[in-house]
Amino acid sequence: MTKEGNIGAVSVKYFTFAGPPQEMPLEFGGALGPVTLAYETYGKLNGDKSNAVLVLHALSADAHAAGYHEGEKDPGWWDAMIGPGKAFDTDRYFVICSNVIGGCKGSTGPYAANPDSGRPYALNFPGITIADMVRAQRHLIVHLGIKKLLCVAGGSMGGMQVLQWVAAYPEMVRSAIPIATTTKHSPQQIAFNEVVRQSIMADSSWRDGDYYDYGQPERGLALARMIGHITFMSDKSMEEKFSRRRKNTNVAFKFGADFEVEGYLRYKGDNFVKRFDANSYLYITKAMDYFDLSGGKLIPEGATVDTRFLVISFKSDWLYPSYQSQDIVRQLKTRHVDATYCELRSTYGHDAFLVELGEMKELVRHFIDKTFNGYEVTSSDGG
Amino acid sequence: MAAESLRLDYKIIYEIVEPGARVLDLGCGSGDLLYHLVRDKNAKVQGIEFDDEAIYQCVKKGLSVFNSDIESGLVEYPDKSFDYVILNQSMQEVTQVDYIIHEALRVGGKVIVGFPNFAHIAARFRLFLQGRAPMTKALPHHWYNTPNVRSLSLSDFREFCQQKDVQILKAYYLGEQKIINFWPNLFALNAIFVLARQ
Repeated sequence: MTKEGNIGAVSVKYFTFAGPPQEMPLEFGGALGPVTLAYETYGKLNGDKSNAVLVLHALSADAHAAGYHEGEKDPGWWDAMIGPGKAFDTDRYFVICSNVIGGCKGSTGPYAANPDSGRPYALNFPGITIADMVRAQRHLIVHLGIKKLLCVAGGSMGGMQVLQWVAAYPEMVRSAIPIATTTKHSPQQIAFNEVVRQSIMADSSWRDGDYYDYGQPERGLALARMIGHITFMSDKSMEEKFSRRRKNTNVAFKFGADFEVEGYLRYKGDNFVKRFDANSYLYITKAMDYFDLSGGKLIPEGATVDTRFLVISFKSDWLYPSYQSQDIVRQLKTRHVDATYCELRSTYGHDAFLVELGEMKELVRHFIDKTFNGYEVTSSDGG
Repeated sequence: MAAESLRLDYKIIYEIVEPGARVLDLGCGSGDLLYHLVRDKNAKVQGIEFDDEAIYQCVKKGLSVFNSDIESGLVEYPDKSFDYVILNQSMQEVTQVDYIIHEALRVGGKVIVGFPNFAHIAARFRLFLQGRAPMTKALPHHWYNTPNVRSLSLSDFREFCQQKDVQILKAYYLGEQKIINFWPNLFALNAIFVLARQ
């Protein structure tokens, strides 16, 4: 096997477009502009620009997918997948990752200054959808001079963007890897997101979204993230990680975080407040809930799509259960689209696409390699 | 790997499929047959396979494959999506044979079925003389670990086709190393039938 390395130091770049009067139209009406996308790239774009891979992030991640930012000790969110010799091999491919619009990590979102007022948009930020996020990404890809992406890949909300890319711009996508995702949220998924949003909005320091002069609605946002983390894990992974272990041997009845799982959730919640904007969480979860490419909308009837698919789900993922990936596959079958589907045996729940990388890495590595290089062709005419 | 080195049943199926054909292989294993069909015959292939490890092997070969059982694998395909649907050594492992053959004939123009012969002479000897459950080179499993849930002879399958209005376009009878044509229901270890709707 190829020896894996790390990309090393990386930094964020910015691309601004859709300045007035050419604002970017939005799915729910209205327009947004100017739009800034924060993005990172790894590896080199080849001469005919045929080796570009677009990696799409999930709800709370950002453009920093791999390598290290100066002074930081943790690498990007998919560093195990992206780098020299890795599944997305930066010695061979040019990997791009951008922060979604509506986000808070450098791309235009509710925290950004509204050009009309010079103050943060807050709830004056227009409603954005997964389709709008992808439309913005397309501007970046065109700006980079890329006509056709070798691959678009991502998990969870990143997977929704993958599907949206194929639905909107099939001619620009040679291969697609939607992981642990769905063509539409089920009522259960919408319900979890609604509880998450309510916990933010019920915090009085949310101030109807206009909190930027005062600081984040910390309690609400932390609680929202705690709920999220429960849904990302599985019963089994929580048992393995925490069991009923306690942080101390004190047996007094109290409401402190004495079980390890309580401590973990509080730690995750408190940390999240430092790095993520509450309004972004509201906008992005709503964008996920509105997403719907079910019932043949992924690939319209009569369309010929030559995009190859690798669909991956995880057995223990109860937030995005395998049946949702199988629904994707069902649509692809109906439209005769070339596809591979694999349900992996991870116990990590929804988090698996970020942490359980063994088989996924190998599948992705071979899938992209064969998409890029094709089959070894024999000279005979066969038979 | 050259096509000549393929095992006998693969070689026969490989010869049947025309260049450029659309092929669905139900229970494609690690994809050796499909790989050759793609590489040498430019076939458009899709595999369906239940075993994880086999699927990884398929992806390594660049093949498209669905992680699914055979029963649910066929459902969504529109009529005549494929020129050939292959059920090689997998038909006897499903309970609803009637349904599978019917669905395969809906989804594909022709269906290639390969299965072990339960009436092979070795099986008959074991049952008749030794009073033991049949085992042959093509039926290597014990009664307690066999994946097969249906036991049939070549004659049984011919009768099935007749009763279900399925047309047999061609039949191949396989010995250990080569095709045999002498008294196949007694001497063939395996058979391959090419089927079509009547």
